[in-house]
Amino acid sequence: MNLALRDIRYHRGRFILTSIGLGLLLGVVISMGGIYRGLFADALAVLDSTKADIWVVQQNTNGPFAESSRIPEDIKYRIKLVPGVAEASPLSFQTIQIEKMGKPFRFFLIGYDTNGFGGPPEIVAGRNIRQKHYEMVVAKAMKMDIGEKIHLGLHDYTVVGITGKVVSSGGDPAAYVSLADAQDIQFKKDNDAIRNDRERIGTNLAAIQSISPSQAKYLKQNIAGITESTHTVNTIVARLAPGANLHEVQELISRWNHFRPISVEEQTKILTKGMIEKARMQLGLFRIILLVISAVIIALIIYTSTLDKIRVIATLKLIGSQNRVIIGMILQQSLLMGFIAYFIGYGLILLTYENFPRRIVLEAFDLQVLFVIVIAICTISSFVGIRKALKVEPAEALGG
Amino acid sequence: MDKAMYAIEVENLTKIYGKGDSAVTALADASIQVKPGELVAILGPSGSGKTTLLTCIGLINEPTHGKVVIDGTTVADGGWHGGIDLKRMRREKLGFIFQAHNLIPFLTARENVMVALEINNFSRNEAKARAAELLVSLNLGHRLNNYPSALSGGEAQRVAIARALANKPKVILADEPTAALDTENGRNVMILLKKLAMENHSAILVVTHDHRMVEGFDRIFHVSDGRIDTEKYNSES
Ligand SMILES: Nc1ncnc2c1ncn2[C@@H]1O[C@H](COP(=O)(O)OP(=O)(O)O)[C@@H](O)[C@H]1O
Ligand SMILES: [Mg+2]
Repeated sequence: MNLALRDIRYHRGRFILTSIGLGLLLGVVISMGGIYRGLFADALAVLDSTKADIWVVQQNTNGPFAESSRIPEDIKYRIKLVPGVAEASPLSFQTIQIEKMGKPFRFFLIGYDTNGFGGPPEIVAGRNIRQKHYEMVVAKAMKMDIGEKIHLGLHDYTVVGITGKVVSSGGDPAAYVSLADAQDIQFKKDNDAIRNDRERIGTNLAAIQSISPSQAKYLKQNIAGITESTHTVNTIVARLAPGANLHEVQELISRWNHFRPISVEEQTKILTKGMIEKARMQLGLFRIILLVISAVIIALIIYTSTLDKIRVIATLKLIGSQNRVIIGMILQQSLLMGFIAYFIGYGLILLTYENFPRRIVLEAFDLQVLFVIVIAICTISSFVGIRKALKVEPAEALGG
Repeated sequence: MDKAMYAIEVENLTKIYGKGDSAVTALADASIQVKPGELVAILGPSGSGKTTLLTCIGLINEPTHGKVVIDGTTVADGGWHGGIDLKRMRREKLGFIFQAHNLIPFLTARENVMVALEINNFSRNEAKARAAELLVSLNLGHRLNNYPSALSGGEAQRVAIARALANKPKVILADEPTAALDTENGRNVMILLKKLAMENHSAILVVTHDHRMVEGFDRIFHVSDGRIDTEKYNSES
């Protein structure tokens, strides 16, 4: 006969409530671990889905994610010519926040060369971008339907396809448009601004006595053309040819002085060590605090439930029960509670994690480690109760 | 080994609680012998040392001086006898019945009896069968699956008796088993104990302060101020 189970059966309401409470706590611990892993996955999502070997950015910057980087689009031709580079493609990134149905609607807009790479990693519905302009592929998390329109910059963009889970390092869902569109959205001035600028250029040139009106007109056109140009990108990504040496290619690009070629490994370090380090530490700290709280709660529960059973324990001793009977009762109850609470927490997160605002990544390793920790906590906590139980005198059963 | 002549032998037993100025001599130089199958009562006012005597014999309370022999095994001789396994003696040789029935609240009547059997290595099925059989014989057949909280005082006390008897112990110790019961139920419990002593050939030592309850006992000892004064034979033994 299992005394632990009999006691639980008799006090099942209390046991279930306690286990659920503890389960919720462990659920939070599990979700924190999942958010922690999710931070990594999010931070690296664009980096991973681009599948580039080298990210060429503005010199002296940690761009394009951690810092802003602006380089001319046409550098892609030079990069393509570097020995060892197979492909090079320009990308532009910007975070956009607009109002949608009265609510702030944030997403991460990626502009890519539809003839290059760095576009949507997969199309789960609809199709990829085919037209040069005004088409858009959005991540599922944007909850937009195919055919839906959204106004960005000066134009309306139509959703033609849905891609999977691509997010910015901040966790905002991604949307893809053609590079030209992205540049328009990012850099194109509206007509008022253009008119103002042209006027200012004209007045400035007119003030210079030494140039003729015809020269001034020519210069004005040129200067306006440069200021209105949108041929800027945030990075140019490159893929290496088979057998090419990463360091050699990086070395060659570095020599140009104006650009910094960042390898995927370096980019990963910039993203994980720099950008999400604090959040990561914060989450780690919370997990530890929550585990300590769980340990204290488990120990308290076991201890008070042992105190509740002092008379039972004394009676068992009185009738000559072996210590193992008493130790078994306390230890099994403790383990069972930990076990059930763990699976309540796990089940809860399993059922809900898809709906969390941030990505939760559940890794088997994390779950196993937590399980071992919970079982260890339960075992150690039950020592407190067992110690108390072993000190109980059989005579304590006599008190009337 | 020869069958022990006495189930209980107590010689010059003294129990002193505490030390120095606050020392209380609860029991002084008590001697008593009980044969197997004998039904013996200890009568005395509250505080006279009855429970102390019973707990010293029951291996719950360590005697200060004197000797205690249970079924031929010396368990105490000026303190516990060296190497004695008290728990084992308690579960194999002794059965306890108390004023407060001391049933385990989260076990049913039947399971309460089963515990005493299972710690004595009865298999689960044997324990189950024997517990039911015992409870039926004590007119508790309809209460097998009830928790103690659902039992009347008399029923609970009979379950406690079943538990004490389950392993057919050589010695049954009962401390005021009728105190929590009305006269009618109290008398029934005593009649039951008498019957069981006969059937099981166990020595039964019953402590009480109510002399109306001890009719038909083989012997009655009176205790006052920690001393066993008189021994009165009810019948020949
Ligand atoms: N654990 C103890 N510590 C100190 N004194 C005790 C203890 N148990 C009993 N006594 C004292 O010993 C005496 C006998 O007590 P007890 O054996 O319980 O008497 P009874 O069962 O006849 O009422 C009383 O004076 C009581 O106060
Ligand atoms: Mg007493």
